[in-house]
Amino acid sequence: MNSASIIFVVLVLGVAVLGFIAARWGGANLRSLDEWALGGRKFGTIVSWFLIGGDLYTAYTFIAVPALAFGAGALAFFAVPYTAIAYPLAFLIMARFWIVAKRRGYITTADFVHDRFGSRLLELAVALTGVLATMPYIALQLIGIQVVVERSGIAPNHSSAIALLLIAFALLAAYTFTSGLRAPALIAFVKDTLIYMTVIVAIILIPHALGGWAHIFSSAQSALAAKPKPGAVILPRNLYFAYSSLAFTSALALFIYPHSITSVLSARSAGVIRRNCALLPLYSVLLALIALLGYCALAAGITVKNPNYAIPDLFVRFFPSWFSGVAFAAIAIGALVPAAIMGIGAANLFASNILQSFKVRQTRPPIETPIARTLALFALAGGLAIALFIAPQYAIDFQLLGGTWIVQIFPAVILGLYRRWFHHRALLIGWACGMASGTWMAASANFASVFPLHIGGGMLVGYIAFYALVVNILMSVLFTILFDALRVSRGVDLTTASDYS
Amino acid sequence: MNGRKARWLWLLVIPFIATLVPPIYARSTPAIFGFPFFYWYQIAWIVLSALIVGIVYVARRSSEHE
Repeated sequence: MNSASIIFVVLVLGVAVLGFIAARWGGANLRSLDEWALGGRKFGTIVSWFLIGGDLYTAYTFIAVPALAFGAGALAFFAVPYTAIAYPLAFLIMARFWIVAKRRGYITTADFVHDRFGSRLLELAVALTGVLATMPYIALQLIGIQVVVERSGIAPNHSSAIALLLIAFALLAAYTFTSGLRAPALIAFVKDTLIYMTVIVAIILIPHALGGWAHIFSSAQSALAAKPKPGAVILPRNLYFAYSSLAFTSALALFIYPHSITSVLSARSAGVIRRNCALLPLYSVLLALIALLGYCALAAGITVKNPNYAIPDLFVRFFPSWFSGVAFAAIAIGALVPAAIMGIGAANLFASNILQSFKVRQTRPPIETPIARTLALFALAGGLAIALFIAPQYAIDFQLLGGTWIVQIFPAVILGLYRRWFHHRALLIGWACGMASGTWMAASANFASVFPLHIGGGMLVGYIAFYALVVNILMSVLFTILFDALRVSRGVDLTTASDYS
Repeated sequence: MNGRKARWLWLLVIPFIATLVPPIYARSTPAIFGFPFFYWYQIAWIVLSALIVGIVYVARRSSEHE
């Protein structure tokens, strides 16, 4: 074992121990679902900053965004405007969602939709969408772990990398089961510290060794221009709309993912959410720098079969062995934190909306915690199955599809937070049309994230999720007008105006 | 929510306009520290957007007399 592998193993095992210790944090009664799934809704500004940051910035950020910069150039930078607008948006909507969820004891978006629109079917649609979008996202975290395990030199071949992935998975599942949200909340402190350390060192060391940023950008430009599908460092005109629609729609989707909702609802107050919307963008600066590491890899002349290996290979080339171990542990732990929260978020939807949706709802019965715990294992195992049995390239396609799917609950959840103008049946039809058209576009574009829409004689390349959301909203509007004209009865709104402020 | 509090929320629109219209910033000059305009402009907007959220937070809280 080299020093990178030793440091990697020590750090990953260390956080697993932390995960189990987290069960004792705050002397909680973990039989209550609020305690297990939401940490008792009492995290303050600092814990929430670490937790939400550790939750939102996943293996996708650390591996896939720089890989896209490495492979396609400027388009990858859409992640920057995306996170620049996500927080002003969250400042408005998530504080409001937190308030109504606290007042009425919701743990999921589907809980809210059920009460707001009085529709079990809509609740079920929202819950299924959340679970469907989360599983491939969990898979991506596990694939991220596998990538660094293979590159750290700890696993001499593919099958031993799988064996190590299974061990990491077993630890993840066990501490999530035991400690609930407290485990990723505690581990997030370690994750964020390691990630900041890695990126700061990378951004000082690597550009210096490569002859400065001006040189990096110009060599990246030449390398991108020479690719079979040429890219550029400055966004070309034909990608303007793809860029904006990717950024805008991703921002709409970010906070309605089940794992985002779970970490947002664990905050102590709406003020904690609002303050964090001003403090969390520090991570986005990090994200921008990580994206630029993709250009560093181009400038360093790194060649890989799979662009996901570009950043790990860059680290191996420029870091001393022991610090590569730290960097790889940062990425692996960086994947373990969101994976646990995703497992919990999906389990919450399963336990309180899918299994319960045909029962009479009372105040949340304590019996749900054992069910939720077990379901979290199933959700994580589902992610593992996707990671193991579906080729990684397809797993990423699924993740993109997940983004297209999750944003289809935006009209019901977020617009529903402000107005009850939509008819619940119209929302259901809009949702179905959005899901179907989004999936169809993704399949016919060969699972690329953008789709060339032909309008008149021209062509507009845009993010599939955006087009599908437009279809969804148009149908919801049309059918609302139709159902209201036909006097189709509306469901009962169980929330009152005072629940929102 | 009273009118004075709500007015501050309009500030939150600025980051959307500044970052969702690529024709504003999809060019390479002027560069700073070797970073083309396209890159430093957008990174600067992460910081500016956070500042705007901070300003709105403080302004709304003080008009609430918390």
